[in-house]
Amino acid sequence: MKAFEYAAPRTEAEVLQVLSAEPGKTEVLAGGTDLVGLMKKMLVTPDCVVNIMEVPSLKTIDELPDGSVSIGAAVTLDQILDHPYVDVYPAVKQAIRGINSMQLQCQGTLGGEVCQRPRCWFYRNGQGLLSENAAEGANQYHAILGNSGPAKFVSGSRIAPALMALDAQLRVIGPAEDEETLVPVSDFFRTPRHDGQREHVLRPQQLVTHVILPPIAGRTCATYEVRDGEGPDYPLAAAAVALRFDGLGIVHEAKVVLGQVAPTPWNSSEAARLLIGHAVDSQRTEQAGLVAVRLASPLSENKYKVQLAKVAVKRAILLAAGLETGGFQA
Amino acid sequence: MPEYSWPSREASTVIGKVHDRLDGTVKATGAAKYTYDINLKNQLIAVAFGSPYAHCKIKNLDVSGAQKTPGVVHVEVLPQGKKDTEIEWEGELLAVVAAESEGAAREGLSNIKLTVDELDVFADESNLAAAEEAGRTGKGGGKVETVNEPGDDDDEDEFVEKEIERLFKQAKYVVEGYYGINPITHCCLEPHGSTVEWKDGKLEVHLSTQNVSGTDEQFARDLKVDADDVNVHCDYIGGGFGSKFAPDYWGIAAARISKATGRPVKFMLQRDQELKLGGSRPSGYLKVRLGADAKGVVQVWDSQHWGSSGYRGGGVSHSVVPYVLVPKNYRRISTTIKVNLANARAWRAPNHPQACAMTQTALDDLAAKMGADSYDIFMANLVNASNGKADVYRAEMEIGARLIDWKAKWHPHGKGTSRGSIVDGLGMGLHTWGGTANTSSCLLKVYPDGGVESFCGTQDLGTGTRTVCAQVLAETFGLGVNDVRINVGSSKYPNSGASGGSTTVGAVCESHRRAGQDALEKIFELAAKELGVDASVLEAVGGKIRDSANRNKSIAWRKACSLIGLKPLEVTSSYQRGAKSPLTGSGVGGVQMAHVEVDKETGVIKIKKFVAVQDQGLVINPKTCKSQVFGAVIMGIAAALYEQRVTDPKSGKFINAELSDYKLARVGDIGDVVVELYEPESERQRGVIGNGEPPAISPKAAIANAVANALGVRVPTIPMTPKRVLDALAKA
Repeated sequence: MKAFEYAAPRTEAEVLQVLSAEPGKTEVLAGGTDLVGLMKKMLVTPDCVVNIMEVPSLKTIDELPDGSVSIGAAVTLDQILDHPYVDVYPAVKQAIRGINSMQLQCQGTLGGEVCQRPRCWFYRNGQGLLSENAAEGANQYHAILGNSGPAKFVSGSRIAPALMALDAQLRVIGPAEDEETLVPVSDFFRTPRHDGQREHVLRPQQLVTHVILPPIAGRTCATYEVRDGEGPDYPLAAAAVALRFDGLGIVHEAKVVLGQVAPTPWNSSEAARLLIGHAVDSQRTEQAGLVAVRLASPLSENKYKVQLAKVAVKRAILLAAGLETGGFQA
Repeated sequence: MPEYSWPSREASTVIGKVHDRLDGTVKATGAAKYTYDINLKNQLIAVAFGSPYAHCKIKNLDVSGAQKTPGVVHVEVLPQGKKDTEIEWEGELLAVVAAESEGAAREGLSNIKLTVDELDVFADESNLAAAEEAGRTGKGGGKVETVNEPGDDDDEDEFVEKEIERLFKQAKYVVEGYYGINPITHCCLEPHGSTVEWKDGKLEVHLSTQNVSGTDEQFARDLKVDADDVNVHCDYIGGGFGSKFAPDYWGIAAARISKATGRPVKFMLQRDQELKLGGSRPSGYLKVRLGADAKGVVQVWDSQHWGSSGYRGGGVSHSVVPYVLVPKNYRRISTTIKVNLANARAWRAPNHPQACAMTQTALDDLAAKMGADSYDIFMANLVNASNGKADVYRAEMEIGARLIDWKAKWHPHGKGTSRGSIVDGLGMGLHTWGGTANTSSCLLKVYPDGGVESFCGTQDLGTGTRTVCAQVLAETFGLGVNDVRINVGSSKYPNSGASGGSTTVGAVCESHRRAGQDALEKIFELAAKELGVDASVLEAVGGKIRDSANRNKSIAWRKACSLIGLKPLEVTSSYQRGAKSPLTGSGVGGVQMAHVEVDKETGVIKIKKFVAVQDQGLVINPKTCKSQVFGAVIMGIAAALYEQRVTDPKSGKFINAELSDYKLARVGDIGDVVVELYEPESERQRGVIGNGEPPAISPKAAIANAVANALGVRVPTIPMTPKRVLDALAKA
């Protein structure tokens, strides 16, 4: 680990003052469950580490006047699990429970979870995020969608698909002292095309301060992860779904977002369209799963993930509809 | 000299009884100091620079940047870091940086510049054809046995070929199959390493080792000092599994750097280095054709297998193929493959887990082909048990079947009832191992106040060695376990063998029982005079020495010990490996059965129940003995379903060399594990036999067979990941 300066600002404004305009010079520390490992491996080598855990405004869960729920970026995942305001968004809690590690849940924060770097083992071994070895090498956990460019990794966040399905937004401050924007989660992630790009649109001197979940407004939602074992390993494929039914059990609105299959959370509008206007049954969910992976282009070792992604979509829809998912019950 | 023996089951008051580990509390509270916990005043932290290339020739290793890094005190280029050296695996250590802090040392590493000529990499040890094309294969040996022998005029090879074909034509059932098991690493939670310090020309070493008594000489040889000038300590070790018998070149480097700097040096491998260098288990891949008679008894076996132990070649020995159940006619051939990976180290029962997984799966496929119950086919093939333990296996199978409710749960392969996409299945495997006692000496002191203390240069790997020693002495002297003090983990103590091959429990039982009986004989002589009886009638029971015929005639232990005089009674007793002894034996069996569920849509496997029935002669402590089996089964489940060294075929990099990427079984993954110790009087009479390794052998075969039973399809390669399950289903 390279020696670094340490800052512990007390306000959002103070955070912006210490964040560098130059990429990589400062890193934001929240729970540290990802950053510390990256620093120990010298994959990130900041001159200054900015601890945001001392900023009170980043550590609250509030209900906003319009019924939205605002969760601070420095709120820990276990606090979200315990908070009644989040009960109406089971997709979020299911994703957090899936982490299966009390240590990660108690130490990790929402902002850190969303902004974590990809788990791609080529990246973690110092070969860069866009390693050419991923295309033909040990790519069993890599992308099956959105992988036509140099990026073959999968987006790390396990909560982001649920946030996208629920139309959540991120409150982002900076670079200017008084600058504040709301970025839809669906616009936050991007697939880098070259080494100079990150896997999200956040610029230097910007900070995600809050996640804002819009009112649930009658929607149901769920996250389903295909996990190999009961440990904290990342899922092999995942899907989050938000549905609005009419009084007769017909889907009126749908969002289907896949996780762990592409360099970004992967919105499948085709799968969503297939659901709209119909009741949820096993046949329809099977079809939704199929169309969600219709454009899949698996790499040399990950064709199996197409099947897993299909199953994840199917089971997430069934779960959101309150039906039996099949498979092993959690 | 007394006649060494164990008391009968009925007469035993301490051995054969459950006792908590003596070091359980200090371990659970964190008070126990492992090597990694040892920090000496003014110490330097050393970290190593490893080759980022799997195969290269060094052009230049420039460490000047590291030397200039603030906080760096010393940089040593290792011999393999010199110009023109060929590096054959990624991670090979090239230089060591010692600094005031770990951070400074790591920053120093980042300032080392390496230039190389890259060489061709070969890393796909499963691909025999590619290995042959790359010129990476070698002969691994083989053997042919046939009941009929060639005539004097016959060409031997031609005869064998014809004879084997004749036997296959005679066979009622013929099975052809491919079975593989990937390499795994030891994954010691405490990495290899040491903290060393020179004091007045003598080297004090805190070493994470399975070989306390044997490593002082290794340090001395390499550092050119006398073995008496090296003291090795290891009170607690966080895992070795066969990989920690030597100082290793990084331990020697630590001692050199300590001498050069005049400061203590702590040098533990980093996590990725631990996985890359610390040890791995060879891979194995096997193609077989077997022929069986109408009863399902295998009559002929013809196999070829290959695999690798690393850059030197190696792989699974042909001598254990087929495993345990060896027909009278067989041909086995093995091929070694050199890959650009660090060489393997002994891993809990070397060769056996792979052989079991590659061959008892074929036996299960025979049952599937016959539409028979796998249990019946394993039972029928016990006539082929090559270790003379058919009766033991038969009894253990019956116990296992009862515990897992085999008859009620069994269904033909792939013909069970499904619950949605979930299907279930049963499978079994069986194993064998030696477990003979190693060499061991024990210095025993009996103090005039009744205190008892032993000193032995063995080590407690976390298996309960201290507790077993205490139980043996307590039983011998008629005392409680807490009345004796056990000292292990120092090379200053009398020599005791390395803890490998399941040899420790036998070793320490030999030395401690012998020392105990030798001391007791002397104490009996003193007590006999005091009581006015012949020493031969005395026994030590319940804190007293008494006349066995007239139990009221007794003397308290403490009082008897006061007769010793002012100085303690000291006895040193030894056992030499291989000497015939009534206290210990050799050769165990063991049967394991698994009940699994598989989600056919996702390929995810879950262990419902796992039963392990294990014999190990006389059991000193059922609790620690069972714990060994539990641990072995958990390791086996991990290897069956999750564990795998993943090597990037293009770069040769061990790409998942971090615990975050190296999958292991967690608590929720191991299901209901039931352990049954098989210890009828016939086993008990055989004496103590080690069981550290045998129960780690069968889990892979048992689980693979259960999965095959559930699916009706063989998942040929272990670990059985969702990818492999789905691939197998797609091919079916």
